[in-house]
Amino acid sequence: MLALVDGNNFYCSCERVFQPWLQGRPVVVLSNNDGCAIARSDEAKALGIKMGAPYFQLRELERDAGLIALSANFALYGDMSDRMMTLAAGLGHMQEVYSIDESFIDLSGIPGDLVLRARKIRRRIHQWIGIPTCIGIGPTKTLAKLANAIAKSAERKPGSYPAHHAQICHLGECNAQELAALLQATEVGDVWGVGRKIGAQLRENGVHTALDLQRMSPAAAKAGWSVVLEKTVRELNGVPCIEFEDEPPAKQQIACTRSFGHPVTELIELQEAITEFACRAAEKLRKQGSHTGHIMAFIRTSPFRKQDPQYSRSASIPLPSPTSDSAHITQAANAIIKRIYRPGFKYAKAGVMLMDLQPATREQLTLDFDEVMPENRVRLMDAMDQVNQRYGRGTLKLASAGAPKAIKLWAMKQERISSGFTTDWEGLALANK
Amino acid sequence: MPNLSTPQPLPPGPLVIKAFSTSVQCGFPSPAEDHHVERIDLMSQLIKHPQATFMLRVSGHSMRDAGILDGSVVLVDRAIKPESGHIVIAVVDGDFTCKILQTGPDFFRLVAANPDFADIVPNDGQAIEVWGVVVASIVQHAV
Repeated sequence: MLALVDGNNFYCSCERVFQPWLQGRPVVVLSNNDGCAIARSDEAKALGIKMGAPYFQLRELERDAGLIALSANFALYGDMSDRMMTLAAGLGHMQEVYSIDESFIDLSGIPGDLVLRARKIRRRIHQWIGIPTCIGIGPTKTLAKLANAIAKSAERKPGSYPAHHAQICHLGECNAQELAALLQATEVGDVWGVGRKIGAQLRENGVHTALDLQRMSPAAAKAGWSVVLEKTVRELNGVPCIEFEDEPPAKQQIACTRSFGHPVTELIELQEAITEFACRAAEKLRKQGSHTGHIMAFIRTSPFRKQDPQYSRSASIPLPSPTSDSAHITQAANAIIKRIYRPGFKYAKAGVMLMDLQPATREQLTLDFDEVMPENRVRLMDAMDQVNQRYGRGTLKLASAGAPKAIKLWAMKQERISSGFTTDWEGLALANK
Repeated sequence: MPNLSTPQPLPPGPLVIKAFSTSVQCGFPSPAEDHHVERIDLMSQLIKHPQATFMLRVSGHSMRDAGILDGSVVLVDRAIKPESGHIVIAVVDGDFTCKILQTGPDFFRLVAANPDFADIVPNDGQAIEVWGVVVASIVQHAV
């Protein structure tokens, strides 16, 4: 069994922890440059605000409906994510961080009532850091992801699914009939990995629900669409076949994190690992045609080796201008690791997270001429991805000794950014003000 | 504001102070004790639940007699179950306040550590939420 632990409206929830007056009010978090909505509270969703709605369309709601629009505070979200991930890891033996607010937990071999265990972890995350979560459990990643979506909808939209699935949904516990009913109530486009385009094609072919997709033959999925869809069909039938490398990238953030096979103590080893993770993340980023504006990296010792001294730290850094260039991303991630590394610890895990994702095309709007990715650089990255695809991952790599280039803060428009409640001594929340 | 062009480390993490693990004694020190120098990690002394611990800055004088002065930074542990007598951060009408929690079978109030301030008692229908328990406070002195 696998669980997917996911923070509800994560960016908005982070803001509310330190600004309790935002509770119960419609809140949106805006993308870098205050362009469009990238996170919405339930109240904002109820106002009909769509993901990606441009800010200028929301001004009216600010005036008339009490909407609060905030600039993205990635330093805050990165730190809260780090706290949430460490707590979520307690659910099972292995954790794979999928995005800033989602992680898969391997539950194999965990005895006892998994729903009860999930409920305890959920309560702990809520009490300890103030972030509401939903947990989906299923025999495959696709089913765990679906269970998570069901848990969220059942909570937010009563009637969409049976109420007892709210907050925590365990598809592995449902009998065939219940499972079929849940799949029937789920649109095919909402299945993990089925994008808008494929969703539309499937509907044209009479495949409307997740149940229809589950009942499709894997061979037909492969012949009519792709190996990816074939895997999705198999996963819906409880056969695990999506590995970390095959995962569809998250829309809002991309993560690449891994536990080490053996404890790592030296900075140079950590930097090698981080370089690899950053390159993988950059590759995923380019695959979905995005740029990143903010990078977070972390290193941790193993919480299971209680006899060892423990250390866990993360830090994030805004990029001079949004990029998908492996060299820039790697350089920023390495700068973070160098800064947070402390000798004398046995590191068990490290990771890179790309935040503030935006379409690659948007970059042309920036006024920062120095930083625009030159045409030959784009072609270099393309060529690198193609070579690696053809001859195997890592055939072409960055020599990490590239001349370091100073990272300067690109003048971002962030008029409504909250302060660094957990990252800035001068920015702590005030009591008794 | 710190310079954002360099990565900002996120607290909490080890803050290391060198100290000797033995008390100072007269006479000949044992040679073996020379090797027993341990470092106190101040953060791990103060912070029992790193993920659940946050810092807030308190302003005003309402907690003066508890040693929390205007501008003090408090360490708040949300993993600790609030009990009567704890100093807590509570949310009153959407704002944070730092007070002493007093509860009983039929009452709930927030009390200042300064006689000049009135108790806070929830009105009918007013929800007061305890956000976290204050486990330490830091007063920085001019140097």
